[in-house]
Amino acid sequence: MGDVITLNYTVKPDDFTRAGEASSNVKNTLKQLGIPPAAIRKVSIALYEGEINMVIHARGGEITVEVSPEEIRMVLADVGPGIPDIELAMKEGYSTAPEEIRSLGFGAGMGLSNMKKYSDSMDIQTELGVGTTISMVVRVM
Amino acid sequence: MTVEDARRVLGARVLIGEEYLDQEVGTACGSDMMSDVLAFSKDHSILLTGLCNPQVIRTAEMLDIVCIIFVRGKKPDEKTLELARKTGLVIMETGHRMFSACGMLYEAGLRGGAI
Repeated sequence: MGDVITLNYTVKPDDFTRAGEASSNVKNTLKQLGIPPAAIRKVSIALYEGEINMVIHARGGEITVEVSPEEIRMVLADVGPGIPDIELAMKEGYSTAPEEIRSLGFGAGMGLSNMKKYSDSMDIQTELGVGTTISMVVRVM
Repeated sequence: MTVEDARRVLGARVLIGEEYLDQEVGTACGSDMMSDVLAFSKDHSILLTGLCNPQVIRTAEMLDIVCIIFVRGKKPDEKTLELARKTGLVIMETGHRMFSACGMLYEAGLRGGAI
């Protein structure tokens, strides 16, 4: 196992116009580190979906990304309302996003399923009223 | 075709990225829902949309899209354009509606890409 580079970000709540800054920064950093484009694409989409979710549903949160030559590990932790039914939330098309968010182009109910699709493994820890922590790993081929 | 070819087909106006018009583009997608663009896009090089906010730029950035065409004469605000400048995207606007704009580009040889 080679060196691990850790990146930390705070996602601000209710600032929809700035959502995606962390994902953009991670993407550029991975490019500079010479990570293969296929892995960068997976990380970018999965992380961006997660970041948007944090802004929409969870009053922001903390993102930690660990980059090693073998894998990219992402942890998104928030102190939001928690997810009452993970299975339902994972269903494509199911969304609890308000109408206002839909008018901004999000809330189609694809976020969580997309995060699972673009990561090689995903784990969700959630507790109602306490928060949600989502861990995703993308392997570097 | 190139981004410039697409521009000519639509008679679109370039707002940002005049210097990147010679890039090759093979496929495009059209949607106002960024969630769906993220879920269904596969190596598309052009995004046609009527949605105007900074997340359109972010979505394009994450997917390595090279050109955004705003349809129905929609004009992105300065915040959105500023973000686009930083990411090196080509931004255009056309008065054509979504259906027409997609049809014109399809007729000119642009495709939707793999399902």
